[in-house]
Amino acid sequence: MSDFIILMKSELVVTTIIFLLLFVKIGKGMRNEKLLPLIQVLLLINVLFSFVFNKEGSLFDGMFSTTSLIAFQKSILSLAVYLISLLCSVWLKRSEHLPEFFMLMLSALLGMFFMISSGNLLIFYLSLELSTIPVAAMANFDLQKRASSEGAMKMILSSAFSSGILLFGISLIYGTTGTILFSEIPGQLDGSPIQILAFVFLFTAFAFKLSVVPFHLWTADVYEGAPIATTSFLSVVSKGAVAFIFITALYKVFQPLEETWYLMLVILSIATMVIGNLFALRQKNIKRFLAFSSIAQVGFILVGISAGNEIGISSVVFFILVYVFSNLAAFGVADVISAASGKESIDDYKGLYKTNPFLSWIMTLALFSLAGIPPTAGFFGKLFLISAGAAKANYIYIIIVALNMIVSLYYYLIVVRAIFIDKNEQPIDKIAISKTVKLALIICGAGIILLGLLSWIYEHIQSLTV
Amino acid sequence: MMQPGLYHILFISTALFFIGVYGFLTRKNLVTMLMSIELVLNSVNLNFIAFNKYLWPHKMDGLFFTLFIIAIAAAEAAVAIAIIINLYRSHNSINVENAEELKY
Repeated sequence: MSDFIILMKSELVVTTIIFLLLFVKIGKGMRNEKLLPLIQVLLLINVLFSFVFNKEGSLFDGMFSTTSLIAFQKSILSLAVYLISLLCSVWLKRSEHLPEFFMLMLSALLGMFFMISSGNLLIFYLSLELSTIPVAAMANFDLQKRASSEGAMKMILSSAFSSGILLFGISLIYGTTGTILFSEIPGQLDGSPIQILAFVFLFTAFAFKLSVVPFHLWTADVYEGAPIATTSFLSVVSKGAVAFIFITALYKVFQPLEETWYLMLVILSIATMVIGNLFALRQKNIKRFLAFSSIAQVGFILVGISAGNEIGISSVVFFILVYVFSNLAAFGVADVISAASGKESIDDYKGLYKTNPFLSWIMTLALFSLAGIPPTAGFFGKLFLISAGAAKANYIYIIIVALNMIVSLYYYLIVVRAIFIDKNEQPIDKIAISKTVKLALIICGAGIILLGLLSWIYEHIQSLTV
Repeated sequence: MMQPGLYHILFISTALFFIGVYGFLTRKNLVTMLMSIELVLNSVNLNFIAFNKYLWPHKMDGLFFTLFIIAIAAAEAAVAIAIIINLYRSHNSINVENAEELKY
């Protein structure tokens, strides 16, 4: 019994918060100004709680398992949710259905927790659905906006379709191996054509959720249509969670098929980087721009995953931690500007430095980190990913990856140039930033710099993976 | 009379799967697209039941999986229908070609 409570404590905390919000909703109800700080405190407790009382072990015959690496991954996700609740507080305060929004978001987070911990294809499928269905409802949260419902429609249809494909793959795996336990599948895999087919189906479903090219078509539309709180949740938290479980699936479950998936990862990561970069070059809207840049970042994550060893795991976890800070900072600045002035075009950012130096510096730091320029953490994240990918000594592949980094530098610098150098007759007015948003932006900025300077964080992650 | 074997059922389920995929990719009406997805999910259900009955009769994993898929499919359809109704309110149509603001 006590094992049950300690091993599942992150899930239990999130469930408790969901129920508290439910009671607030069905009770007298609270004004948003009071409720939002309460939720933020609860989420902060959730983050702090995820660092203590960690124990390794498994429950329910191996259906659910926790290791210290998984606990660390869960704390990254909780931290990201806490930062989102701070960053988007302007939009959230105006929202009519604040408790519902957080209930949906935390249900999705709960699904991701179970997904990372799952040791069984059934639990994996259920938690994957729990982590995607609420996000589709969140994408539709701007009920009056046409683009919001269009984005939500694209999201729910493509995610339902991809889960259909995933299930077909799982059914073939079950048919050929007779088991759905992660620990028993590798021994039964013999590389017969039907198993390769099943693996390709599963891989496709993962690629849909991670928005790997050619399954990326929904991404930019959903990111643009959805409210920014949802967009940042989708781009950081759900990407991170799917990347974590993807590593488990490839390294543990499909270990016997390593030669197959290495080739698939190489081809898909090159396609993802090239197409993400080329589309990001021509974007005018900042949200679409960040969407395509995040597609390109997924390509880099796949490079790290292709390593197939412990260095691959630690580099991906570290990169996602960096990515949480840098992407949330970029989305946070975009959210502040679009909430205050309604402007979302990159051209409107011209001359931003004159009026809003703080926002400009945070945005620049975030974009430098995404591009991978040395003092920021993004450089080390990319460095570790690429050196992990070089483990297979496939140097042509690594050269293509490095060239893509140069292309991505170009379009990130376009935005920086617009902010600092380009002249503008009517720059965006000075924006009054509320304290919570400022706090979150400072946390993100500090995270970007400190993760690059403090080497013990990466060493800590590396010690967890061994 | 000939008893249906595993291959007969796998043939039906695979055909159903690809009919569903074809319908999803070609239909323009959102509700029909949703129905195509249901076809895909039902083909998976058939697969699980057939594998469970013919190949692994002592492991009930396939049967349980089917029950869960039915429940999840209902939840997914509920959210999808809610989103489609909301889309209809703003666009006055459930044709995908009318929802075309977000492009490239």
